[in-house]
Amino acid sequence: MGSEDAGSPAGAGAADGEERPPPLPPRPSLQSKPTTALSSMTIQTLSFPDGSRGTFSTTADSPVAAEGTSSPAEGHDLSSIGFHPIGSARKQDTDESMSIMSMAPTLRPPGDLESLLVGDMAKRSPAWMLLRSQSAAVLPFESIRAGQGTALAGFEREFDDIPDETDKDWSDGDRLQLWKSKLKHYMILSSAGKPIYSRHGDLGLINSSMGVVQTIISFYESAKNPLLGFTAGDARFVVATEGPLYFVAISRLGESDSQLRAQLNALYMQILSTLTLPVLTNIFANRPSTDLRRPLQGTETLLSSLADSFTRGSPSVLLGALECLRLRKSHRHSINNAFLKARADSLLYGLIVAGGRLVSVIRPRRHSLHPSDLQLIFNMLFESGGIKAAGGENWIPLCLPAFNNRGYLYMYVSFLDGRPDDTEPGTDTTDTEGATAIILISPDKESFFALQKMRDDVVTELKKKGLSDLIKTTAAKSRPLVTEIAPNTHISHFLFKSKANVQFCMPSLQPTFDSPISHRRLMSLYSHLHATMHARHSHLKVLHCVSDDSTSLAWVTPIFEFYCVAGPNASRAVMTQGANKIMQWAKREEERLFIIGGGRRHFIFVLISAKLDIAASGAFEIEVFVIVFTSFSRHPERCRLSPESRVYGSVVDRPNQGSSKDLWSGNERTRGDTTRWKMHMRRRKKQITVKASQREDTSLLSIPYLEFKSKNTPTQYT
Amino acid sequence: MADSNAPKPSSSVKLVLLGEAAVGKSSLVLRFVNNDFQENKEPTIGAAFLTQKCNLPSRTIKFEIWDTAGQERFASLAPMYYRNAQAALVVYDLTKPTSLVKAKHWVAELQRQASPGIVIALVGNKLDLTNDSESGQGDNDGDGAEGEDSGDARKVSTEEAKSYAEEESLLFFETSAKTGYNVTDVFTAIANAIPETSLKSTRGPGASNVVSRGGDEQRVNLNGPREAAKEGCAC
Repeated sequence: MGSEDAGSPAGAGAADGEERPPPLPPRPSLQSKPTTALSSMTIQTLSFPDGSRGTFSTTADSPVAAEGTSSPAEGHDLSSIGFHPIGSARKQDTDESMSIMSMAPTLRPPGDLESLLVGDMAKRSPAWMLLRSQSAAVLPFESIRAGQGTALAGFEREFDDIPDETDKDWSDGDRLQLWKSKLKHYMILSSAGKPIYSRHGDLGLINSSMGVVQTIISFYESAKNPLLGFTAGDARFVVATEGPLYFVAISRLGESDSQLRAQLNALYMQILSTLTLPVLTNIFANRPSTDLRRPLQGTETLLSSLADSFTRGSPSVLLGALECLRLRKSHRHSINNAFLKARADSLLYGLIVAGGRLVSVIRPRRHSLHPSDLQLIFNMLFESGGIKAAGGENWIPLCLPAFNNRGYLYMYVSFLDGRPDDTEPGTDTTDTEGATAIILISPDKESFFALQKMRDDVVTELKKKGLSDLIKTTAAKSRPLVTEIAPNTHISHFLFKSKANVQFCMPSLQPTFDSPISHRRLMSLYSHLHATMHARHSHLKVLHCVSDDSTSLAWVTPIFEFYCVAGPNASRAVMTQGANKIMQWAKREEERLFIIGGGRRHFIFVLISAKLDIAASGAFEIEVFVIVFTSFSRHPERCRLSPESRVYGSVVDRPNQGSSKDLWSGNERTRGDTTRWKMHMRRRKKQITVKASQREDTSLLSIPYLEFKSKNTPTQYT
Repeated sequence: MADSNAPKPSSSVKLVLLGEAAVGKSSLVLRFVNNDFQENKEPTIGAAFLTQKCNLPSRTIKFEIWDTAGQERFASLAPMYYRNAQAALVVYDLTKPTSLVKAKHWVAELQRQASPGIVIALVGNKLDLTNDSESGQGDNDGDGAEGEDSGDARKVSTEEAKSYAEEESLLFFETSAKTGYNVTDVFTAIANAIPETSLKSTRGPGASNVVSRGGDEQRVNLNGPREAAKEGCAC
């Protein structure tokens, strides 16, 4: 489609670069190899003795050979996860016209997903292809690095404060000018027109603007045709009405209406989290002209840090997903276990979070955690510095609106190195980035000391196993570079969201997107891709988008969402190859990148074996196991027992079989431990019998899987 | 506890800080616990719990400090923190008369509701914003250095607050969390003022009994139908 047009000027530029050495873009960790797999072909051809321009007359076969030698293993891996090995079947133009979607492991059969991209590809000379692949190394958004950014030119000053009235150096006009120069505004006002919050400028300065906004909104409101949004110049206004409150977002950053609406909703959630819905409704039911600033006093910083994270661009908000700390599976497992073991009775949710990334979550089976609630918590703890700076432990009443918007929960927060006896004072004030927090949430407002004890137990256990240092060092390390994840691709950045886990991962923003402006550009691009993919009535699966300064690819399946960005000249083949490499990496690392246990994917087995011995004692022996696996395989050592596994009944020892009582003593939870599972398998073969406890166990009966009826079974078990 | 060979008897004291928003409660605690000060500190949400030891000649006092948020909407939670507290620090802002009014409310509430023997200290903070000569009395460097030309922002006179404190038999101090002036003195004075009898060597009653009154009215019911669980606080 557009890729051809966009390619040609850049291609010419690359041809010029053939004479003088092309300016080497910074490409770390490519080791000694000067170029990527594709361009190393040219080097091969250039190494021929004649060295003339004739090297470009290489036939299409030669790159295939070059490619074939470098990627057999990779092709194998690809096919093993459901992708066709694109690299090994490479043909210059066929792969260009091939849809990557047709190879995606979607639920629908690939047949009906005929390429969206086929048909418009003109054949190009191999020389052109080689040149093009060379120039694919141009990074996205080169233009802003050259200082040519236009709309975003003032973005660096976006978060600066507007001087208030006491500053005599500024006239009102100047301050208003400064206010107007901001690219993004959020306003909250009551339906009576009372200003509640504005991101920029004190309310005195913008009171008149608020008035205008209120007039416009209420005009439409009275016409029973609520105003949703409008455009003025290059600014998009989006209005959301939530009960007695009006929320207005004004953006010149090119976000879509639904994204702005989601941001406004998050601000509303923050207000609910402070007040709860009944309180908010009551306030305005009793006195519609109430000034809500007073009840909300002290939360302006939370609203602002939330708003700023939207303005800066947050992948977490965009995707509605969370990011996890990448950890080895075994490490995460032992952290989870330490956490579970220390569980306090009053606990509802327990979280360990390092630098805004989840390390571990424990929660009751019936209550899941909503990402938007977690977003509020993370914003409070990691974006606005109040909690961390206060030191000590915190006991915070808050409402988690997505969980229950009618009442408060109580949140115990302690930063792992934030206690005075752990570090010397003063060191913990600077970085909230890598800080590790333990968050324990309870519905009981009096349970502070119970949760404090739990925290101490968890920390002791983590310290003993060296896990707290592990978390700290892992969190301090930044995310991996794209070049480490998928070497030799031209992808500069990507987002990968696992839909089932509601989690995402991304590589480091270094080195390309570390400035605020380029980060904002990147996020704008992502939000554009996201908006296009999720536009109502659009059933896009793959979107390949070429512009003057970047190439991007969006790929959405029922399992994942994937977005990636490369330089303006990256061909679709390069993008596809890169995407597949990343996908392969994500698949391989899935259990490190994401917290999987939180989901519903449990395998439940009920094993019952009974041995009747009525003649001797009137009793009989029976064994009942409810075994819950978080993963299951034919090989016992690969099975993972969930902590929810239970054994009912008590073990009857046989003299020649040692103390199996240790193995399954009582009916408490077994620890998810593969060796135990193996022992169990072995012992089961030897026909260990378990004597059913002669009592009713209500929790047992409430498990639907455990309905066994046998005429030999006493009634109390049915 | 009464073993004479033991080092020094150590005991826990539950202390609660109360006062209007932005008078500097957290800053006082931060100065006392970490000897640190932050400009433009963000408001406390809920409450923070910190501990700090205070060495007296005869014994060691371990303060378990509840630093509460001053905003109106947290007022309904305050009883949870001052219940069984042995000491309270009621803070006002020297530059803001309304904060003294609020402080008086807190004192009245404490005298009415808190445990009878509670030691209350009235503390006027932000002394660094005034140009009182008395700030030079402390041998802290860094304060008292301001020239006379900087405007005196004091709005609450020492006499006014002091006479009130005497009336109600409170301890009274004027402090600056920014310079550290008088901060440790407040806590030492409180430690000294706590009667020996109310001290226990292990964790004080304040610590363990926080969890005494069932707070059903404010909790989310996880099992039953979701009902309105919270009565209003600030409407």
